[in-house]
Amino acid sequence: MLNVSEIQTIDHDVLVVGAGGAGLRAAIECSARKLSTGVVSKSLLGKAHTVMAEGGMAAAMGNVDQRDNWKVHFRDTMRGGKFLNDWRMAELHAKHAPARVHELEEWGAVFDRTKEGLISQRNFGGHRYPRLAHVGDRTGLELIRTLQDHGVHSGISFHMECTGLEILKDGDRVAGLLGYWRETGRFVIFRCKAVILATGGGGKAWPVTSNSWEYTGDGTAMAYNAGAELMDLEFTQFHPTGMVWPLSVRGILVTEGVRGDGGVLKNNKGERFMFNYISERFAPETAATVEEADRWLKGDKTARRPPELLTRDEVARAITAEVKAGRGSPHGGVFLDIASRLPADVIKKKLPSMYHQFIELAEVDITKEPMEVGPTLHYFMGGIKVDADSQMSSVPGLFGAGECTAGMHGANRLGGNSLSDLVVFGKLAGEGAANYIEKLGTPPKVPDAHVTSAVRAATDILNRESGANPYLLHEKLQETMAKGVGIVRVKEELEQAIAEIEAHKKEAETLKAPGASQYNPGWHEALAMRSLLVTSEAVARCALMREESRGAHTRLDHPGESKEWVNFNCVVTRGPDGAMRVEKRPRPPGPAGLVAIANAKIEDLESGAVGADAK
Amino acid sequence: MATTRTFRIWRGDARGGGFEQFEIQVDEGMVVLDVLHRIQAQQANDLALRWNCKAGKCGSCSMEINGKPKLACMTRMNSFAESETITVQPLKTFPVMKDLVTDVSWNYAQNKRIPKFQPRPRDPDGAYRMYQEDVDRVQEFRKCIECYLCQDVCHVLRDRHGREQNTFVGPRFLIRLASLEMHPLDTADRIPAVRDEFGSGMCNITKCCTEVCPEHIHITDNGIIPLKERVVDRFYDPIAMLMRKIFG
Ligand SMILES: Cc1cc2nc3c(=O)[nH]c(=O)nc-3n(C[C@H](O)[C@H](O)[C@H](O)COP(=O)(O)OP(=O)(O)OC[C@H]3O[C@@H](n4cnc5c(N)ncnc54)[C@H](O)[C@@H]3O)c2cc1C
Ligand code: SF4
Ligand code: SF4
Ligand code: FES
Repeated sequence: MLNVSEIQTIDHDVLVVGAGGAGLRAAIECSARKLSTGVVSKSLLGKAHTVMAEGGMAAAMGNVDQRDNWKVHFRDTMRGGKFLNDWRMAELHAKHAPARVHELEEWGAVFDRTKEGLISQRNFGGHRYPRLAHVGDRTGLELIRTLQDHGVHSGISFHMECTGLEILKDGDRVAGLLGYWRETGRFVIFRCKAVILATGGGGKAWPVTSNSWEYTGDGTAMAYNAGAELMDLEFTQFHPTGMVWPLSVRGILVTEGVRGDGGVLKNNKGERFMFNYISERFAPETAATVEEADRWLKGDKTARRPPELLTRDEVARAITAEVKAGRGSPHGGVFLDIASRLPADVIKKKLPSMYHQFIELAEVDITKEPMEVGPTLHYFMGGIKVDADSQMSSVPGLFGAGECTAGMHGANRLGGNSLSDLVVFGKLAGEGAANYIEKLGTPPKVPDAHVTSAVRAATDILNRESGANPYLLHEKLQETMAKGVGIVRVKEELEQAIAEIEAHKKEAETLKAPGASQYNPGWHEALAMRSLLVTSEAVARCALMREESRGAHTRLDHPGESKEWVNFNCVVTRGPDGAMRVEKRPRPPGPAGLVAIANAKIEDLESGAVGADAK
Repeated sequence: MATTRTFRIWRGDARGGGFEQFEIQVDEGMVVLDVLHRIQAQQANDLALRWNCKAGKCGSCSMEINGKPKLACMTRMNSFAESETITVQPLKTFPVMKDLVTDVSWNYAQNKRIPKFQPRPRDPDGAYRMYQEDVDRVQEFRKCIECYLCQDVCHVLRDRHGREQNTFVGPRFLIRLASLEMHPLDTADRIPAVRDEFGSGMCNITKCCTEVCPEHIHITDNGIIPLKERVVDRFYDPIAMLMRKIFG
């Protein structure tokens, strides 16, 4: 018999799950509010996904083009998100991002500088002005290291290589988290008053992805299992430029900064094909000719932006269409050319890690040859549904921040809007949790029964005589998602994918990991499969429900945006019988002032004809 | 072109262990980490190793490959002869947890000892001004991905006793100290601590750390030597300093 009192317990006021940008910023806020704060993470400190971010973080500081301000940033974000973004979140994000960037500088971050000695900003897809604060192409490293070095002096307790398994509740509110130490395989109960999930996305359900092993949708699944609502899971971003060759590096990201700095996309006929894919919404603000695009790059303010910098969903679809039409590169991508656009030494200075990555992994010198690139699963716009200001989910005491939450990016995220999202909403989640705890009456108690059943479910995987191989099940799920829930989708294939996921779920109940519980990746993989199946099912079911094409969600059988669907979100909950339920839920209309800004002509917004009174 | 290759991988834990041999199919373009993953999926489900980014950005996959400290994700299989047996073992300097995973917590403890960044006040208009040429050097140090390969090769740290006494922080943290000392906004003075607490004098500039750094940071020339000079300038008599300036 399992004796719960023998399991290690650790007490905190707040437990943050995840040590990426969002989790660290949330933890710093909690500890500034004098709360005992713990952070758990699956990896070592400093290794979370955030470390891989390359291009930069978006904040309308106007250091490079003074015409920029929060309203233009907000408008870009809404248009990029195809108007499905949570209005309030997009507003808060655009308003708070500059202060969060300055705060990072105060904590030691060293961004690239303008000639005047200010923080430099670069161009990126969908951003009207140069807006991304950056450090070469390793901005994420700068962000995470700054927060880490600041955080270790803030009295936060870091519990590294510890995986959260289930949220524990007392009645309907949060009471703690059950996890296990990866090293020893021993269980641990964190008793706390609030939990902030900052666990990132679930890209590992696809075979071609820029995401690491950590991205198995754990936070999303834990929230779901605890009764929280999820939202917008159908919006999975395929980044247009991942490496395609050699096979073993397929999916690894090629930063959008390459295009921001002048890189162009070409098919095997040498054509800059993006000019053929400019949609109506963006035509008035996109260059019509190569000549105009080149003038823009040289800084001509009357010229419009090159089509290579359209939003990611548009570029990814264009690449897919070119390859399908037989105009692709030898390994099934297209060409991304920076070599003919910039001198070699400038490329090495501006894009050092891209240079490094291609030389070392593909033996391609990007200062001499074009890269071969194609779409790769990159980012989850959907996730845990949270309140914009407090970041609390529908479960009292359960908060979320960063990529694991939904709303901020709507149907498609703009590059650079994630790193800023992390620090803006990380801070708000910390404040939200602190405010919640202040008002909390009697502290919650962890129920023994839940612990017992969760521990048993986890250890069954080790104790079984025999069973399915977790790695093979993972491969099967990836095949299902690639086939049925890819960049373009249709009803029959989605239904087929859901049927397959149901079968995978059955198989998951029989998984067997050989070996002991001590640092056993087979067991870790089997446990992660449970989360991955929840998130994959949610993606597939939402994708089936949304009968339109919007942003990152493309339905071949329902082309184009529908006037009706912009007014709805797909909301996922766990039914009382344990089965997943998806609901088409009406969205509250946006406040008139924000609606006017988002829909304004850019000239009217800048002349002050629209939005002049918005502060 | 697929070929079959031989891998010898150290398996075991703190109590001990030994090498285990695997024959495994290797495809074109693979790196050592890919091969380890294939072994893990097909032949040894419980083989423990760390990785995250698979692109040399996170510094998780540090190990010794044919005796050299390297990132497994950046070590291409075609850098070895086809008949060569590839030997993979955990970092030697840090205690083994399991298989290729070592306990690197000592490094996190060192980082915590370093006094934090203390910026000067902002300019009257609320901005901080720093020029690119003034931050180039600091940015070089901030490229560090904390792979600890430099810590692994440094002979001063290989001595366990030295680590336990906390007399020397090692190259990774000397460049972290250098990045703070050279930060245009920082106002704190860490030079006495660089000598007394962090042991700058124990480095005898063998440059082994610089040789293994996957980020190509000039750890010794740009970081440790200038730090040592600052220590010397502070603590030794002004005449010697003057002599050095004239003749050195
Ligand atoms: C290659 C690449 C480049 C990118 N470039 C950019 C860019 O230039 N600009 C931009 O804005 N965005 C970029 N992004 C996106 C952005 O980096 C991510 O969306 C963002 O970093 C996510 O941060 P996060 O804090 O939400 O989560 P992460 O940084 O992913 O951290 C998740 C944390 O949760 C922990 N965790 C997960 N599950 C558990 C569990 N069960 N128990 C305990 N801990 C758990 C993990 O260990 C980790 O610490 C890029 C992404 C990639 C992959
Ligand atoms: S140069 Fe100094 S820090 Fe580097 S390896 Fe040699 S002794 Fe260690
Ligand atoms: S200085 Fe270089 S070798 Fe040392 S930890 Fe940093 S990246 Fe690794
Ligand atoms: S896996 Fe990130 S450096 Fe190798």
